[in-house]
Amino acid sequence: MALLIVQLLTGLANAMFLFLVASGLSLIFGVTRIVNFAHGSFYMLAAYLASTLVTALPLGPSSFYAAVILAPLGVALLGGLIEVCLLRRIYRAPALYQLLLTFAVVLVIGDAVKFFWGTENRTGPSPPGLSGSVPILGQLFPTYDLAILLLGPLFALVLWWMLHRTRWGILIRAATSDREMVGALGVNQTWLFTGVFVLGTWLAGLAGALQMPRVALTTVMDSTVIVETFVVVVLGGMGSAFGALLGAVLIGVLQAFGILWLPREFHLAIVFILMAAVLILRPWGLLGRPEAETPPPGGAVGLGAGRRLRAPGWVWAGGLLLAVVLPPLLPAYYVWVLVEILALALFAASLQLLVGTGGMLSFGHAAYFGLGAYGAALLMKRAALPMPAAFGVAPLVAAAAALLFGAFCVRLSGVYFAMLTLAFAQIAFAIVHQWYDFTGGDNGILGVWPSASLATPVRYYTLALLATALGLGFLWRVTGSPFGYTLRAARDHPRRCQAIGVNLRAHRLLAFGVAGLCAGLGGAIFAFSKGSVFPDYLSMPMSVQSLVMVLIGGIHALTGASVGAAVYKLLDIVITKYTGYWQAVLGGILACLVVAFPHGLVGFVQARWTRMRTSLG
Amino acid sequence: MLDVTDLDAYYGLSHILFGVCLRASRGEVVALLGRNGAGKSTTLKAIMGLVPPARGRVIFRGEDITGRPPHVICRKGIGFVPEDRRIFPDLTVWENLEVGRSAEGNGERRWTAERAFELFPALKELARRRGDSLSGGEQQMLAIARTLMGNPDLLLLDEPSEGLAPLVLRTMAEHILRLKLAGITILLSEQNLHFATRVSDRAYILEKGRIQYEGSMGDLGKSREVLRRYLMV
Amino acid sequence: MVETPLLEVRDVWKAFGGVQAVAGVSLTLPRGEVRALIGPNGAGKTTLLNLLTGQLACDGGVVLFKRERISGLPPERIWRRGISRTFQVTATFASLTVLENVQVAILSHQGRSRDLFSRTGRLAREAALDFLKRVGLEDQAENVCASLSFGDLKRLELAIALANEPELLVLDEPTAGMAPQERMDLMALAVTIVRDRAVSVLFTEHDMDVVFAAAERIMVLHQGRVIAEGTPQAVRDDPQVQAIYLGGLA
Ligand SMILES: Nc1ncnc2c1ncn2[C@@H]1O[C@H](COP(=O)(O)OP(=O)(O)OP(=O)(O)O)[C@@H](O)[C@H]1O
Ligand SMILES: Nc1ncnc2c1ncn2[C@@H]1O[C@H](COP(=O)(O)OP(=O)(O)OP(=O)(O)O)[C@@H](O)[C@H]1O
Ligand SMILES: [Mg+2]
Ligand SMILES: [Mg+2]
Repeated sequence: MALLIVQLLTGLANAMFLFLVASGLSLIFGVTRIVNFAHGSFYMLAAYLASTLVTALPLGPSSFYAAVILAPLGVALLGGLIEVCLLRRIYRAPALYQLLLTFAVVLVIGDAVKFFWGTENRTGPSPPGLSGSVPILGQLFPTYDLAILLLGPLFALVLWWMLHRTRWGILIRAATSDREMVGALGVNQTWLFTGVFVLGTWLAGLAGALQMPRVALTTVMDSTVIVETFVVVVLGGMGSAFGALLGAVLIGVLQAFGILWLPREFHLAIVFILMAAVLILRPWGLLGRPEAETPPPGGAVGLGAGRRLRAPGWVWAGGLLLAVVLPPLLPAYYVWVLVEILALALFAASLQLLVGTGGMLSFGHAAYFGLGAYGAALLMKRAALPMPAAFGVAPLVAAAAALLFGAFCVRLSGVYFAMLTLAFAQIAFAIVHQWYDFTGGDNGILGVWPSASLATPVRYYTLALLATALGLGFLWRVTGSPFGYTLRAARDHPRRCQAIGVNLRAHRLLAFGVAGLCAGLGGAIFAFSKGSVFPDYLSMPMSVQSLVMVLIGGIHALTGASVGAAVYKLLDIVITKYTGYWQAVLGGILACLVVAFPHGLVGFVQARWTRMRTSLG
Repeated sequence: MLDVTDLDAYYGLSHILFGVCLRASRGEVVALLGRNGAGKSTTLKAIMGLVPPARGRVIFRGEDITGRPPHVICRKGIGFVPEDRRIFPDLTVWENLEVGRSAEGNGERRWTAERAFELFPALKELARRRGDSLSGGEQQMLAIARTLMGNPDLLLLDEPSEGLAPLVLRTMAEHILRLKLAGITILLSEQNLHFATRVSDRAYILEKGRIQYEGSMGDLGKSREVLRRYLMV
Repeated sequence: MVETPLLEVRDVWKAFGGVQAVAGVSLTLPRGEVRALIGPNGAGKTTLLNLLTGQLACDGGVVLFKRERISGLPPERIWRRGISRTFQVTATFASLTVLENVQVAILSHQGRSRDLFSRTGRLAREAALDFLKRVGLEDQAENVCASLSFGDLKRLELAIALANEPELLVLDEPTAGMAPQERMDLMALAVTIVRDRAVSVLFTEHDMDVVFAAAERIMVLHQGRVIAEGTPQAVRDDPQVQAIYLGGLA
């Protein structure tokens, strides 16, 4: 019993950190609409910074507290700089581009931490004055954790008070729904945004610095915390300070007890199962309210969402000719690279249908890519289907999964939708990862090679090219079909769309299925080109990558996804070849790309093209 | 007070305003008339800095404010009420007013929530209700009250009469005249000629982004030809 | 034999939190009638319309359309039964062109919105242009809808609403933001369409010239209740309506 209570308290103490990070994230998202992936990186950075400051500061015992105060301030300053120098330049771009930029920041900070602090785990010193333990029902409980326990609710109150009772808070909430109008009422929204970003980052930093004496600092703590934080925010309901607290408590406690009873691998999965269950029952989180469904004023749909531009015929013909003629002349390695690019292009293009055309942000699209790959491998290895049959049926497996998961997801919208797709992807990942008897667990499935007649690089490339062309052609056709137009209509104005007889959920579900099918085909192509499948194919980094590819290319053009996939993959290959700090370099390049082409590469070309044509008359 | 010369404005690539010139003196109510799509809203937005003017000057109280960001223009004393109202949906009526509040402006003319409720008594009972729960007409009143909270000297009203019940419309006309008496200059875009005639001193008529007529409201009322040609009355 | 009414509303209620927006409204609307719904701001007009077309669910009461119960159905099913509407705050598809806006609606009416393979470009193009011509938007057909002025958006919305050949047209302030003469024209247009096809119209409006010119009967709503109903003349002369709404006008 006593053990349980102490465990509960530990869970609650963990929850307080999650809460601090989550409230910062939710604040930033609320006002700026930025899905800030870099939030976890600021947390990590502050923890490392604090651990260094503790030893570096010449203040004796009080240097611990000085470090805990200074590190978050330093990180907040960095956050402010990033906002002013980078994010501010692209507030006019479609909302998701800021996400790409924050992803670039994640990569850079990740490598910076490795560079300055190395990859070995570190531990911070214990806090002077609070290093002991207090007995609770005969069990010892760290005094520091007890202090933290008091801090959380205090912060929730202060935050709530700030948001609802101060002028600044009211302005923040107003800017959440209509920035431009706030500006027209005399508020300098630029500095409001910077202020919010700095405050949010400071909260993340504070959590990181306070965490320093409790846990081992690792270079992956950024991704762990960002995932959990997103879960917390969505679970509690966006924009609700007490919701975030409640969500954090649920997750903290669940994990504390999960450690006792469940094998390690399930810790993350169980969190996602909880989130999926809550979202299915309460589509706006526990304490959230339905977002006021106001379409962005002034049609902030972004450039290229409207008139679609056809690339001239010779561009297509030339591209196709190259794709057919070039490969036989290349060394085998490059042919395999091309195959991989084809698979990724199809994968990204299928996501583009959801995100660009349908306005449905998915964080878990890799699930369908991965299930396509696993479908192919399992059909061949376990069901003993011949390779071509496995290749053809695999996409259907992915589509079936997409329809199943999609049926729950399409009842939600916005970030809630995104998080539920992620939850299902993580659950699928956990199953594939743990079911050793069937999927081989993290050993994957080896020996998934194309049948003998297709086994040379160029032959398999030809198959891949045909399959990709088929998939892309299908997506292109769908985008221009009545279905595709209706999907855009549903994105632009859901309520109006309903009032012209469209069943939104059914429509979106079909889109989800189509996207799943094409992603699955991409997965099948990928599987046979690698000769093996691994759980990573379904993992979150894979999902994020697909999103990055779509954004690099431009979310409002199908060709954008393919271009994005090619650029991303080639960058990846070239950079990893020349430097160990490839993440930082890639991040830097991504950041430059976003700032230079805030509508994606293809979006940029389209805009130039239009301008040229109109100026010529 | 306000002097706009040769204003050109674009949305992306489409040219909307062509050399718009207009002026408003202190304490005057000026109406901007014209058909749908004539460019009335665009003119107001360009003055407010919401659409960057491509050419021309906007001079306010002798100071060039062309192309300044909206919040700066607002702080100089120009208030803007958009045609789609843009009430903050998650905020209560009182909080909506708070967003518009400004500490600037001299003592006696300073607006407070109480004074706004005096102007629109209907809002008082709604003070604690969320913005998205208001009816169309209630939102219109709130939008005007919210802008007044910034103590503007020049008020840009985009179709203030739209969506208001006849009785409220009548009081709205009185309010506008009262604001005028209080020394506020008003530039309003209107479709409702009755309403415009009742409140304004002078009028401009816009057609396809160009000013086609300028004159006192009285003269305009008499020139049937102009009315028929540009306003289809 | 008495003709069955097209629409019959029996004692519907709707409250938002503590606000009783619609408090026991009943009405019957015969086929082919143009009925205006007027009342002060906040009287509950929009809410009532939302109850009829399924954007909101009734707290109590029933709505019958052609004798079948439609209250409780989602908006898309109600639309398919033949009730179409426009919104007070214009609702159109910002990234589509004007023509495509109407095409999407027509295709939905034809049951083709899940057609994955046809090219949309030519489908229903003539019909869509026809609707646009009727509301006077044909020369804007290729423009992106985000670039329309306020009044043109209202017209476009009417065109969209006509796309399913409705039997009942519900219009929430259809002419707000238009020039006086255009208001009359638009309403006259709506009335012509009604006459041609025996469609009923239920509309709200604050412009009394339009109301008195177009409506055959008028219903006055105040604080969620019907306080008067009758011919334009009777309503105009009603002292209570004068006091709370018209204020000596007209
Ligand atoms: N965001 C936009 N992008 C592109 N074009 C636009 C945009 N907003 C308006 N326009 C175009 O600019 C022109 C002028 O529009 P504006 O809104 O100023 O007209 P208006 O006189 O206010 O009309 P209304 O009385 O209907 O409000 C119109 O032709 C319209 O199509
Ligand atoms: N979602 C909501 N939540 C709370 N109250 C609401 C909501 N929608 C409407 N109301 C309230 O219900 C009442 C009726 O609103 P409604 O929009 O039906 O008025 P209306 O008659 O259409 O007015 P107007 O002519 O100004 O458009 C108003 O007092 C309004 O504030
Ligand atoms: Mg306008
Ligand atoms: Mg209404």
